[in-house]
Amino acid sequence: MTALAKRIGLMLGLPAVLFALWWFGSAGSTDFYRPPLQRILVAFKETWFGSRIVDDVLPSLARLAVGYAVAVAFGVALGTAIGLSPRLRALVEPVLEFLRAIPPPVVVPVLMLFAGIGDLMKVLVIVSGALWPVLLNTVEGVRAVDEILLDTSRSYGVRGLNRLRYTILPAASPQIFTGARQSLSIAIILMVISEMFAASSGLGFTVVQFQRGFQIPEMWSGVLLLGLLGVALAALFRLVEHRVLAWYHGQRQAHRSW
Amino acid sequence: MLEVNRLHKVYDGHGRRVAAIGDLTFRVGDGELACVVGPSGCGKTTLLRTIAGLLRPTAGEVRIDGTLVTGPPPGLAVVFQEYGRSLFPWMRVADNVDLPLRAKHLGSDQRRHLVRDALAAVGLSDAHHAYPWQLSGGMQQRVAIARAIAYQPRVLLMDEPFAAVDAQTRADLEDLIRSVWRRLGVTLLFVTHDIDESVYLGQHVIMLSHAPTFVADELAIDLPDTRDQLTTRADPRFTTLRAHVYAQVQRAKRDVAGTGIASEPQHPDSR
Repeated sequence: MTALAKRIGLMLGLPAVLFALWWFGSAGSTDFYRPPLQRILVAFKETWFGSRIVDDVLPSLARLAVGYAVAVAFGVALGTAIGLSPRLRALVEPVLEFLRAIPPPVVVPVLMLFAGIGDLMKVLVIVSGALWPVLLNTVEGVRAVDEILLDTSRSYGVRGLNRLRYTILPAASPQIFTGARQSLSIAIILMVISEMFAASSGLGFTVVQFQRGFQIPEMWSGVLLLGLLGVALAALFRLVEHRVLAWYHGQRQAHRSW
Repeated sequence: MLEVNRLHKVYDGHGRRVAAIGDLTFRVGDGELACVVGPSGCGKTTLLRTIAGLLRPTAGEVRIDGTLVTGPPPGLAVVFQEYGRSLFPWMRVADNVDLPLRAKHLGSDQRRHLVRDALAAVGLSDAHHAYPWQLSGGMQQRVAIARAIAYQPRVLLMDEPFAAVDAQTRADLEDLIRSVWRRLGVTLLFVTHDIDESVYLGQHVIMLSHAPTFVADELAIDLPDTRDQLTTRADPRFTTLRAHVYAQVQRAKRDVAGTGIASEPQHPDSR
């Protein structure tokens, strides 16, 4: 119990200190651009606990979810194919290196030409950036599957889809999750960026609107919300990872204690 | 019947040709327990992988019941030395044993029975729901053996399965292998570098030369069929047979020094 309390204390200690610093440091502020935290929190409540949840927050999250899901599904599928076939890898590697090197925000204007300014464009922007970490990590993970494990599978006649499902993908899953975690943070960034161009709803759009309208506390509250959203999604990700990779963490712990 | 006919294997890569197997011919009869023993680096693992259909021979052939081996043959199971790498760490013990049966498309009732019986046969009835990495090394190797038993192979290959477990566990596992072999009536080829082990376990010991490998000698083990760690190992006949195998393996090692070839060539497969 005390160990748990200690961990929670450690986890929340620094955020609490920073919050207090901000709160008291900004308390008497009359600077228009740096309003007191108290005012920001009031604005937070007024701004986000109303129709904006449905009009801006949910559409943003929906686009994020779709874009991220497509990126992960596509990245794992393509990465597995490339990881399993040296010939395919030799063929596509130079192209992948090139595409990966393009900063995703720069494709926004390009995608606008082809996909318009609607949801499709925003989802595509998210996919175009979030795809790479999961794709490249899947390739590496699939390539690094233990040879003895593959021999075992082969000699016991585990072939085709069974081989993929029970051998290759589980063996590569720790690395796939590493990629998926990086992809998630990129997806969140791109969600915001895609909404800063020619959008009519969404979190990124709203923050820019507030800034242009000199609604400074509201603008800050949007930044705060994005931060909290990132923390919540990372926590959710960790939860899923701990369930799916329970065997992996257990195995590592077992090796360490021997 | 397992037949190895004029097997030859050369690894070719990075401008270096390494002849692992020179010219290897031997037979293991149906239901026989044969041990292959040889100096380290003599191509035992290459031989085993070739028989298992995991590696293509450069020349020669392997036949199981007359059928040419071109890929992993059905009805053949392998137990590898590295239990930690041959068990699936993301699957519980029972699922590890079950996976090959699932790939065989057996019914779920039959699979459940086979898994239960196999785990009981190796003394792990209470480990169904454990993960392999929660077990000791010896227990993990038992799981790998149970997986092979449940598969109901006609031919069972074992590649130094006890090289990484402690001496007492090893003695237990040797007796386990004898009892499993007698119960299944399986053809068993047991690869080892341990001379005592080969004489204790086998009906028939095949001694290999250094690489490029050929059969240095074959020896029928005329010890009583019921073997026991205490009495069998104290049997004067055991000592005589053991001395013979030992002398042959020593000679194989000396030959390698005489020819000026570096002993223990790096296994080209190892990364």
